[in-house]
Amino acid sequence: MFDLLGVPPQVLFGQLLLGLINGSFYALLSLGLAVIFGMLNVINFAHGALYMVGAFVAWLLLNYLGLGYWWALFLAPTVVGLVGMVLEKTMLSRLYKLDHLYGLLLTFGLALILEGAFRHQYGVSGQPYPIPDLLKGGQNLGFMFLPNYRGWVVAASLIVCFGTWFAIERTRLGAYLRAATENPVLVQAFGINVPVMVSLTYAFGVALAGLAGVLAAPIYQVSPLMGSNLIIIVFAVVVIGGMGSILGAILTGLGLGLMEGLTKVFYPEASNIVVFVVMAIVLLIKPAGLFGRER
Amino acid sequence: MRSLLLAGTALLTLTSGAAHAQMSNDVIRIGVLNDRSGIYADLAGEGSAIAARMAAEEFGGKVAGAPIEIVVADHQNKADIAASKAREWVDTGNVDVIADVPNSAAALAVQGITRDKKRIFLMSGPGATALTGAQCSPYGFHWAYDNYAMAAGTGRALYEQGKKNWYFVTADYAFGQSLEEETTKMVNKLGGKIVGSVRHPLGSADFSSFLLQAQGSKADVIGFANAGADATNAVKQAAEFGITQSGQSLAGLLLFITDIHALGLPAAQGLMFTEGFYWNLDDQTRDWSKKFEAKAGKKPTMVQAGVYSAVRHYLKAVDAAKTDDPDKVAAKMRELPVEDMFAKKGKVAANGRMFHDMYLVRVKAPGQSKGPWDYYDVVKTIPAETAFLDPALSGCPLVK
Repeated sequence: MFDLLGVPPQVLFGQLLLGLINGSFYALLSLGLAVIFGMLNVINFAHGALYMVGAFVAWLLLNYLGLGYWWALFLAPTVVGLVGMVLEKTMLSRLYKLDHLYGLLLTFGLALILEGAFRHQYGVSGQPYPIPDLLKGGQNLGFMFLPNYRGWVVAASLIVCFGTWFAIERTRLGAYLRAATENPVLVQAFGINVPVMVSLTYAFGVALAGLAGVLAAPIYQVSPLMGSNLIIIVFAVVVIGGMGSILGAILTGLGLGLMEGLTKVFYPEASNIVVFVVMAIVLLIKPAGLFGRER
Repeated sequence: MRSLLLAGTALLTLTSGAAHAQMSNDVIRIGVLNDRSGIYADLAGEGSAIAARMAAEEFGGKVAGAPIEIVVADHQNKADIAASKAREWVDTGNVDVIADVPNSAAALAVQGITRDKKRIFLMSGPGATALTGAQCSPYGFHWAYDNYAMAAGTGRALYEQGKKNWYFVTADYAFGQSLEEETTKMVNKLGGKIVGSVRHPLGSADFSSFLLQAQGSKADVIGFANAGADATNAVKQAAEFGITQSGQSLAGLLLFITDIHALGLPAAQGLMFTEGFYWNLDDQTRDWSKKFEAKAGKKPTMVQAGVYSAVRHYLKAVDAAKTDDPDKVAAKMRELPVEDMFAKKGKVAANGRMFHDMYLVRVKAPGQSKGPWDYYDVVKTIPAETAFLDPALSGCPLVK
């Protein structure tokens, strides 16, 4: 077989697949951010913390109520969504008329409070969460061993991502949403309750983060700091894809996952910064991001 | 200035009673300086302060007539904060001893200050071998473990099992590189081979890519030269990718019992590493750890047990010397044997290294464990003389 820069193709395929898995996490998280920014114009810094809360809800359900993974997959995003709705109604909704910066500061503060509270209660080492029995084990693909659970994560997040894209870009409800962001007063005049729609959008966006948290729980430690490690990369993904662009967030998330995977083979030390190098280049060439529109 | 100092000294002499004329002030104040909110908060943190208080309580809260007081501070894993806190404590807080200080960078900063200001420094949390090497201090004592002990213990044990080829997954900063280097030296010395290594950035969440490279290397052992969340994530994902089932061994080069607790036995089982302490070694350790658990809500790590042992030994030395004069106490600490639940026949060497037995442990399978914290099989006791680096080779100028 031929080698590519000294790396056998089997290894390369393996790494690309792993990149795709990480990419699907990025896609799921940045999708929620993009939906919230696109519809509410809020830069949701609490996204990482709510992702962490999703994972913790799954852990709490298992340890205190004995409800397993499949229940958590449904219940944790619901809980996170409800928390999001309360946050939106009581705090965020007061800031829409102000500069973006206020929403950013509020959500950043919320993220610190949430993380601090969980750290105080559960320590920093994290909690174990088992892989559900149905998805234990793995497949030998010849070039690598693919754990079943990782395969499931890719499938689940791709379905959710494209489902969301379809709902927003191709359905009537999505059309209302998009119209409401363009001109809320006019849409309200047509008899549509815009404030409720906005809360639901925020709830849905953060529920996606909660879902990503549940998906991540069996792979990573369920730890209060898990969100802050990821949120910066996810923001870079949203910026590269174009703020508020749904499709941009999904495709960029997957693409950057692949790119990071390749970096881990050729120059692992740089794997944490490759995303930001790409971000810098993209911003120089296309300031609105790859899929963004100039406003 | 001089007259002011003289006046101050005169005042101090006047105020301190005849019963403890040898004390610098009327109290022995011990400052526990560590990470209380970040990544090392579970393995050190408040638990270390609890351990120090337990040592003080054993003396009835008083030594050589002076009351013992424990103060605590958070260094947030930043060397500059650690240094300024240490300076504040020494200059204005009348702190006689600084204890714990996990994070080698912070510990090296404090070592410099305590060396200049002549204060006793009891290190339990940090790992850097330099603390008893080129950066040693007449007042600095390194208690629970160090990078050499971790690397040598685990490297040798796996070699003896016929596992000779190593692949490293190393955290890309000073600590990880030093662990890798110490292990490499030991493996090479024994005749083993390093077949490769990969450096990952600090705080990586996903290790699958590095694990796949390690798996592809066909090495006998995959050594994780990282700590905290990096180590637990790496071990957890190694289980997910079926690495142990395929015959490769995993070696954690710095793991604490809190890490194993966090991982859970299904993911951690079979892991071998070196420990300085385990609560379930004998009646003494069980008894002490039970008291600790009643206060802290969890079993002690080797760092926390080490803080207890170091503070206790310090107080014993003050008691024997009848003074808190740092030079005299440091001499007494080197002279007296360390004998407590943590160290049996421990001995402080000239470079400040406390020699005590270390333990090679293997994590139990879920079926063998009787409950929470019943995690280790002690495979063997590594005798103190071979566990730590020979002081003559440490490069410490205090060793003649």
